Amino acid sequence: MTPTHVVSPSDKAELQSQRKRAALLFLVPMLAALVLVAAYPLFRSIYFSFTDTSLTNLYGGQWVGFDNYLSWRTLPSGRTIYRGTLVDQAWWNAVWNTVRFAVVSVSLEAFFGMMVALVLNAEFKGRGLVRAAILIPWAIPTIVSAKMWSWMLNDQFGIVNDVLMKLGIISQKIAWTANVDTAMLAVLIVDIWKTTPFMALLCLAGLQMIPKDVYEASKIDGVHPVKVFFKITLPLVKPALMVAIIFRMLDALRIFDLIYVLTPNSSSTKTMSIISRENMIEFDKFAYGSAQSTLLFTFIALFVILYIWLGRVDLSGDSK
Amino acid sequence: MKILKTISFYLLVLAIVVISVFPFYYAIVTSFKTGTALFEVDYWPKSFSLGNYYAVFQQGEFPRNILNSVFIATLTVVLSLLMGVTASYALARVRFRGRGLLLMTILAVSMFPQIAVLSGLFEMIRYIGIYNTPWALIMSYTIFTLPFTVWVLTTFMRDLPIEIEEAAIVDGATPWQIIVKVFLPLMWPALVTTGLLAFIGAWNEFLFALTFTSSNETRTVPVAIGLLSGATQYETPWGIIMAASVLVTVPIIIMVLIFQRKIVAGLTAGGVKG
Repeated sequence: MTPTHVVSPSDKAELQSQRKRAALLFLVPMLAALVLVAAYPLFRSIYFSFTDTSLTNLYGGQWVGFDNYLSWRTLPSGRTIYRGTLVDQAWWNAVWNTVRFAVVSVSLEAFFGMMVALVLNAEFKGRGLVRAAILIPWAIPTIVSAKMWSWMLNDQFGIVNDVLMKLGIISQKIAWTANVDTAMLAVLIVDIWKTTPFMALLCLAGLQMIPKDVYEASKIDGVHPVKVFFKITLPLVKPALMVAIIFRMLDALRIFDLIYVLTPNSSSTKTMSIISRENMIEFDKFAYGSAQSTLLFTFIALFVILYIWLGRVDLSGDSK
Repeated sequence: MKILKTISFYLLVLAIVVISVFPFYYAIVTSFKTGTALFEVDYWPKSFSLGNYYAVFQQGEFPRNILNSVFIATLTVVLSLLMGVTASYALARVRFRGRGLLLMTILAVSMFPQIAVLSGLFEMIRYIGIYNTPWALIMSYTIFTLPFTVWVLTTFMRDLPIEIEEAAIVDGATPWQIIVKVFLPLMWPALVTTGLLAFIGAWNEFLFALTFTSSNETRTVPVAIGLLSGATQYETPWGIIMAASVLVTVPIIIMVLIFQRKIVAGLTAGGVKG
């Protein structure tokens, strides 16, 4: 790796092994920290999901196998009763909410992000100002944006209802966050507002890597701009866009804070993270909540593995 | 036709700016309103009263919450950078077996759903006896700041030319000296970027802070704001909530605007280059 000309081959080998030993030593603190805060807690969480541990009896849990996931008992009358997360209506509702939220929000963010990126990629006066402006939603803490928007979406005194009434789009005030039909819409609006900038910045970075002469060539040939976008820009920016989408997708699947503050206790927006924590901490069903968090983890892990396997992404940098 | 195009382009630009900035602007306008003025929708600032800001500092433990957040976020960043610099040197500059796998694992940890470790961390924090203290949060925040720091610093270090290291090796410098004397001076931009992003991440975190603290004095800012409520269940103190929101957001926004180039570079380093 280090072609030095002054050292002899044996010295070089010695140097290499010295570097390797040092490297190992340098990795130890980080690895120890990750084992302590990630690997071990993850292992314990999975373990808890196979026990009957409760919040009030953290250390006295007994092994119960898959009971938290699924168990059944046949009554003398011949009827079978199923229990566990996998037959829990509330859980499947949360799964559906999470998937729906993730797919809709990430698709719309990709669309708007691309649009903003295309605008920022054009040369115009005040471009720096626009770029600074779109960083603001990104910089605002999620909890703060949830509160800001729940004030703006307030049914009686909110500015959103006021604007829509004045424009004549709605005839009566809507309780955005409390209403079952609009709660998910409210969550989507806030999430898209908050995370489109991230998407736009990643898309912009991708756009800026496209060499300018590609555009010049198509301009000389007189290709229509829309065609240029679909035939040249989009294919070239696709790798960057895919990475942005995958990051956002993983983020969206574990969403917690925005929903916890914006639409608390609304069954139409409860996600897997929300319901899992609720069982763990608030309902004293520690093991049951752990089973749900384990399912979410498995779901996300499968998603990542599938993506890496399909995409054959090389992350080690060795190929460079 | 060309004019029409220009006009529609600038309309789009205007829409982007207004949508981005308006909610925060409206929060500022609201934070200066008290009493019945709160319940009238105003598009322009009409009243100016600092009452809500006084209230933020007098009611509850808000100043304490800010101190908690600053302390926790700062210490988290320092710890992550310390461990991150040495680890990323090993990952970026030394070839060893299993390096690719290790990098993948680190990336995987940064994509972890936090809820997946919640019950395990909860037990550990109770067991060590740091429940309801800042240490519980400093420890748990490492789970997302450390992998991110290592990842970005590794991509940065990998791109530095090999020659800078060679001279030091010829002079007989140890790996530790190489890090401190050769790399650290070159890495300030990357350290500032990752430090800032890790700070923002720790400053904004909600799930762990909500679960691992239980009293008003130990809460961080996001939890304090999230749980802020009025005298009765039906009376949400919107003015005070907005004042608190503005107070904790302004420093972050100023920081982001000052360092915007570095932050954009850091955000995209994780994604595009990978």
